Amino acid sequence: MIEARALQKGFAQQRVLDGVSFRIEKGESVVIIGRSGCGKSVLLKQLIGLQKPDAGEVLIENENIVGMSERQLMRVRRRFGMLFQGAALFDSMTVAENVGFAFRRNRSLKPREVAQKVAEALEMVDLPGTEAKKPSELSGGMRKRVGLARAIVYQPEIVLYDEPTTGLDPIVADSIDQLMLRVRDRLKVTTVVVTHDMRSARRVGQRILMLHDKKIHATGTPEEIFGSQDPVVKQFINGVADPKDTYF
Amino acid sequence: MNSLANKWVTDWLGDLGRITLLGKEAFTSLLTLRVSWRDLLYQIHFIGVKSQSVVLVTGAFTGMVLAAQTYFQFHKVKMDTATLAVVGVSMCSELGPVLTALMVAGRVGAAMAAELGTMRVTEQIDALRTLATHPVDYLVVPRLLASHIVLPLLTVEAIAVGIGAGYGVGVFLLDIDPVYSWYNMLRYTAVQDLAMGLIKAFIYGGIIAIVGCYKGMTCSEGAEGVGHATTEAVVYSSITILIANFFLTLTLGRLLQTL
Repeated sequence: MIEARALQKGFAQQRVLDGVSFRIEKGESVVIIGRSGCGKSVLLKQLIGLQKPDAGEVLIENENIVGMSERQLMRVRRRFGMLFQGAALFDSMTVAENVGFAFRRNRSLKPREVAQKVAEALEMVDLPGTEAKKPSELSGGMRKRVGLARAIVYQPEIVLYDEPTTGLDPIVADSIDQLMLRVRDRLKVTTVVVTHDMRSARRVGQRILMLHDKKIHATGTPEEIFGSQDPVVKQFINGVADPKDTYF
Repeated sequence: MNSLANKWVTDWLGDLGRITLLGKEAFTSLLTLRVSWRDLLYQIHFIGVKSQSVVLVTGAFTGMVLAAQTYFQFHKVKMDTATLAVVGVSMCSELGPVLTALMVAGRVGAAMAAELGTMRVTEQIDALRTLATHPVDYLVVPRLLASHIVLPLLTVEAIAVGIGAGYGVGVFLLDIDPVYSWYNMLRYTAVQDLAMGLIKAFIYGGIIAIVGCYKGMTCSEGAEGVGHATTEAVVYSSITILIANFFLTLTLGRLLQTL
């Protein structure tokens, strides 16, 4: 279970989150939507302790992680896997070294067992046989898949996705959506996705939270959100720009 | 103007505090962590083996210039054969460690800041953290340990090459008596001089690694941020080495004299 309580966060003079609260149950699949720059990625990073809020609490299984040191957070992060916007693969390593990184660091498994786990994870993301490739040899979609394989290889309880389909063509984006669903269903993980891709939000989310004006503006099932008459939600879903709006 | 000065002092003190905390974190990690030998060897190769040409050229030409300049002054008072003694003492206690450290700071400190800075802006350091790996354990400790090991070795190399090159210039170009030169060098260059150089090199290795890693890990976003971090890593580590050199010379000079 993940719970955010009255989170606040600002950078320099600008506040991006002001009293954000929500709760995500175990096994749930939640999508956080909102306009570019509204603080979605900041919010996601606070859930795993990569950024600390200025005020508020983040509870993971009823344990507040906000005051924890980096070393204490390492224990909590073993529950998580995260796919970054640009995949964030280690460019000096091969695909196999990237995916098996956590095992190699912990030295908990023999090299043969690590290789088998890596192969299974790559199989799950439809990239078998790419172990020896370098990240620079992969396309954008393949990099995201390797990033996902790295996030799920040690079977986390919670998987966070930061803009998983951004920068991909619609067909590759669709395949990433399918992968997220596959991972959710096979590994029974709690899924939190940050995106402004409405098609992806509709497919992956069991519940959608909309972040607007530093707060959670709307929450509901995909049907409720897509059928909403709220002007802010409606404008975002329909992707209609207001020429007078220079806020972003 | 006053607020600018306040901001500069606050930033400087903040940087100093964070570098100290990073050093403490790395030292603690060094004591408790099982170091990855593969990463350590890679860093030793990168810092040590790949700095060979820079260190050899710097050491050789410093020794040669020092021998020539000393000879020109000593020749006026008929002390030609003391030339190599000055070269020996200077190379061991001052020029060897300081020039080696400055050259390595330019090559390795910049590379560390650029590599870690790029990792930061491409979220690779965040990815490490999500994989339950402390960035200090994985990125800073192997670099710090390798720098501590390699800098004294490179310094010894620079000293040896510098003295050899100084001897060559003195004996073969300036016609100084080789036997007396060698005898005087051995007579006036003490073990304490070499010890001072090695202790300094060990400390400078730590400064280069910590400043380079700190600047990389805290760089601001984008290519400009990485560029600034790289420049600052070289400038800050070089200045720190030069300032530390003064205090180390005073402290170690007193300390080693008593031995």
